[in-house]
Amino acid sequence: MFDGWLLSLIIWLPILGGAAVLAIGRRSEAAVRQVATGFAGVTFLLSLALWFAFEPGGGMQFVEKRAWVPTFDIHYHLGVDGISMPLVVLTAFATLLVVIAGRTGIQYRPAQYMGAFLIMEGLMIGVFAALDAILFYVFWEAMLVPMFLLIGIWGGANRIYATIKFFLYTFLGSVLMLIAFLYLRAQAGSFGILDFHGLAIGLEAQILIFLALLAAFAVKVPMWPVHTWLPDAHTEAPTGGSVILAAITLKMGAYGFLRFALPITPEASQELAWLVIAMSLIAIVYIGLVAMVQEDMKRLIAYSSIAHMGFATLGFFVIFQAGLGADAGDGALMAMTGGYVQLISHGFISAALFLCVGVLYDRMHTRNIADYGGVVNRMPIFGAFFVVFAMANAGLPGTSGFVGEFLVILGSFQASFWYALIAGLTLIVGAAYSLWLVKRVVFGPVGNDRVAALQDLDGREFGLLAVLALLVLGLGLYPQALIGMAEPTLVELMNDVSAALSAAR
Amino acid sequence: METVLYAIVLLPLLASAVAGLAGPWIGRAGAHWVTILGVGLSCVLSFWVLYALAWGGREVIDFTVYTWATVGDLSLEVGFLVDRLTAVMMATVTFVALMVHIYTIGYMHDDPGYQRFFSYIALFTFAMLMLVMANNLLQLFFAWEAVGLVSYLLIGFWYTRESAIFANLKAFLVNRVGDLGLLLGIAVLASAFGTLHYGEIFTALEADPEATINLFGAAEWSLATVAALLIFIGCMGKSAQVPLHVWLPDSMEGPTPISALIHAATMVTAGVFLVARLSPLFELSTVALTVVLVVGALTAFFMGLVGLVQNDIKRVIAYSTLSQLGYMVAALGVSAYAAGVYHLFTHAFFKALLFLGAGSVIIALHHEQDMRRMGGLAKYMPITYITMLLGTLALIGIPGFSGFFSKDAIIEAVGYSAGGWATLAYWLLVLGVFVTALYSFRLLFLVFHGEERLDPHAKAHLHESPKVVTLPLILLAVPSVLIGLVTFGPMAVGDFFYADGSIRVLAEQTGLDRVADGYTGVLGFMAHALVTPVLYLVLAGIAVAWLLYIRRPDLREQVTAPLAPVQRVLEHKYGFDWLYIQGFTGGGRALARGLALVGERWIIDGGLVNGSARLVGRIAAGVRHAQTGYLYHYAFVMVIGALLLISLFVVRTLFA
Repeated sequence: MFDGWLLSLIIWLPILGGAAVLAIGRRSEAAVRQVATGFAGVTFLLSLALWFAFEPGGGMQFVEKRAWVPTFDIHYHLGVDGISMPLVVLTAFATLLVVIAGRTGIQYRPAQYMGAFLIMEGLMIGVFAALDAILFYVFWEAMLVPMFLLIGIWGGANRIYATIKFFLYTFLGSVLMLIAFLYLRAQAGSFGILDFHGLAIGLEAQILIFLALLAAFAVKVPMWPVHTWLPDAHTEAPTGGSVILAAITLKMGAYGFLRFALPITPEASQELAWLVIAMSLIAIVYIGLVAMVQEDMKRLIAYSSIAHMGFATLGFFVIFQAGLGADAGDGALMAMTGGYVQLISHGFISAALFLCVGVLYDRMHTRNIADYGGVVNRMPIFGAFFVVFAMANAGLPGTSGFVGEFLVILGSFQASFWYALIAGLTLIVGAAYSLWLVKRVVFGPVGNDRVAALQDLDGREFGLLAVLALLVLGLGLYPQALIGMAEPTLVELMNDVSAALSAAR
Repeated sequence: METVLYAIVLLPLLASAVAGLAGPWIGRAGAHWVTILGVGLSCVLSFWVLYALAWGGREVIDFTVYTWATVGDLSLEVGFLVDRLTAVMMATVTFVALMVHIYTIGYMHDDPGYQRFFSYIALFTFAMLMLVMANNLLQLFFAWEAVGLVSYLLIGFWYTRESAIFANLKAFLVNRVGDLGLLLGIAVLASAFGTLHYGEIFTALEADPEATINLFGAAEWSLATVAALLIFIGCMGKSAQVPLHVWLPDSMEGPTPISALIHAATMVTAGVFLVARLSPLFELSTVALTVVLVVGALTAFFMGLVGLVQNDIKRVIAYSTLSQLGYMVAALGVSAYAAGVYHLFTHAFFKALLFLGAGSVIIALHHEQDMRRMGGLAKYMPITYITMLLGTLALIGIPGFSGFFSKDAIIEAVGYSAGGWATLAYWLLVLGVFVTALYSFRLLFLVFHGEERLDPHAKAHLHESPKVVTLPLILLAVPSVLIGLVTFGPMAVGDFFYADGSIRVLAEQTGLDRVADGYTGVLGFMAHALVTPVLYLVLAGIAVAWLLYIRRPDLREQVTAPLAPVQRVLEHKYGFDWLYIQGFTGGGRALARGLALVGERWIIDGGLVNGSARLVGRIAAGVRHAQTGYLYHYAFVMVIGALLLISLFVVRTLFA
């Protein structure tokens, strides 16, 4: 019953809401917060309808296709499958969190702040739902604008450097992606992303396309060595910006690999898998080590995000060496599924950690680890949450952080013992930076007078963190709920890739 | 039966949740009642399960609780396997846990974190039960890490103490090193057999015991050896075997009840349990078993030596625990799984007893742990003294006491095993007995006998601990003394663990089999001790301790003076801590700082990112000079350009 319009509604409702919030902004700040929460809440409920009405393995669903620019054969074409649907729900969820969290913290121009988030929500969902390359590109680029403004206006001291770095970095990659789309349009005769899939393209051309896509997606993920915009953006962004950046924006890069790179350029993906695997493994170990010695909490979590995203990209590309297409394709499927679960799990955990830092920052106005110590003495409930999320970040079984890492390590083992060993080092390094952070911030005697004056969580903060904690534990104890949604699509994707590879042989 | 098993694991979990989340509302008494009730019921039911399996003719139970995730053909599940090995572990864990819960009422009486503590130890009981009841490696790994988490939380229970929050981080990280091995071992088995279920793995191994695996290049490695060694790395972490033992002595920073429960009786024995559980795998690899044997024997002897120079009462017992874990592990290395598990079983009682006794002394002296400020306590604390004495006699292996049977069975089994490594291990274990007796009686004499070196203030208030403390001591003393007499025959040398396939041994005749062949009953076994060197080494150890600490304390100077270098080595614990903290941790941090500075700030950000930005800026700055805005400059350039084009055209026509 929803088929024809649900996705459009989920995309445009928050954008409309953003416009409404901006319009009433001058009149009443209280109304702004109510209206923004209302729009984000309704959007989230609608996205839940998507989750429950979704049929796993049923191909593209909730498809909408209308002509947009007929001259160039550009369509307004939307649809979701098992890969994009959970990401849409995650986006709606994260935005709702941010809007609720921002109800107290943000005092400067709240209407513009809320409006930016709502508009960005619609654009990000558009990225995940677009099935037309140009539509995708428009959403992809458009969402940079609200993020640019969020960091540039509500950010910290060094925000201008961070915004420009963020913008140029990500923009540079996407231009190459656009060129690739234009080439593909010439080959396929349309801008339909699904039409791009399985095109017969020669290996050289595939490699060029793959590199162009890699430039766009690797920056977004971000992968080593094009990651340095992220720590800067995170440290300067307001709490809400960091949450969206970590929980959603990074996922767009990983999503790009699944939606474009693997199905459009399977041969090149196989050919250059070593490159992506190497970049991922470096991210896991090198970035993990770098995270350990950060002195700013947000930088530490930002670096840990990069290391965790390394598991996603490792999982996606190790499939070529882990038995893809063979009868015993379990290694490949494990790695792929693990990488996917890692995306969602990281969405919860990083959102939670950034919210935790926000809670502290709102009280002490510093992100320096050295300024804290013994927080649990004054904030025992907060301390408990922080330990839970740090443990999840360290991949403790029973939390969502474990699922992805475990499956990716198991899967990569079938490619090479060494991949598994190097990736497995995260068990030690990840625990080291997460728990050392806990030790320095949460535990210990009360560090200074300002810590001594801290107040524990208020109702709103408690509610937000409790919901996230339940999700982290829920996904950790019963990941099948998510895997059941995504796996059929992932299997289909891998079958297509391996069919394309054997056809090319 | 399944309902009972659910109840056994869920009752402690529920109790933990109530005590933890509703702590402020139910109050202190509420917290300890709800957890004691939960764990107590769980204990009763566990004993019923043990009875049903051992004597009630129950078959092994193996079922799936729920499917955690399905990926292709690989089904990852949570499920229970309850055989005699598991049942013995369940009974031991819940019994010791119950004792510790009761004891805690007295020990933590004045602590502000009372409810939290009960919540943690009940949670630990749940996690430990999930560990021993797992029917697959995934759930095992879950519970393995979960007990590690609770251990982390409890070592750092007094979170304002720097030493405690250092120790818990260290414990977690060292365990993570082991867990990496375990995880890779799990990956080996998963990729080879496509299942993590114990039974299915064993069937597959049986079908193809010679399976191989490529780790690098074309070299073929025995799958069983690789898997067993990797898994054993995990066991070395959890069961604190050299060189991953460094966390256990530091874990004594936690409150004493958890030292007894987690760091002596149950969690640290998980590694021993796992090797026994995977006996069909370890049996396939002589290499792995030899490694297990040597690691265990080295730990047993050298860690015992360190116990000789410790002055903190808990640390002496901690090193004793390391040493005894070494005995268990060494037993596994000669396929004497039953003996190893049996030592685990008896050790749980007497070591928990010793720790709780030490705790009783510590609270009586207002949290004094240094034995140099104790002495002569026997007459003030008779119950604590007598129970600790009984525990010590069990630990050092006086014939008739539980520890005698389990330890002698191990030493005999290793002695009967063939090979150079077994001979080496045998002598290490035999000498270890002397060391055990020496440090144990050193502790007893320093604490309970001799001169009263007490703080006068503490002495004024000195009295026996309350009943909630002494009752668990007495209840633990009973099995410490008697359980060997009753259970040694069937469990260690009988076929208790073999009959239902809990433990499988491939070799025709192991050392333990030869012990069993010569076994005629507990009295015969005790009589046999008279003709082995072991008993005399025990007596010698007691005698030396008596001489040095009671009879002629002045001799100590003369004895230790020539041994000063040895003493220094022991006091520095062979330098492991130094190597790890300075070498690995310090090195890792230095490396990380270097990467953050050179890799991140200079090369990537400074060089590539801002460098390319600067490059663009420079080019632009250079190109800008061309745009001067003077018309004659542009005209001049146009003319030159036109000239160049014309000359090009002319040259090409001329030479074409």
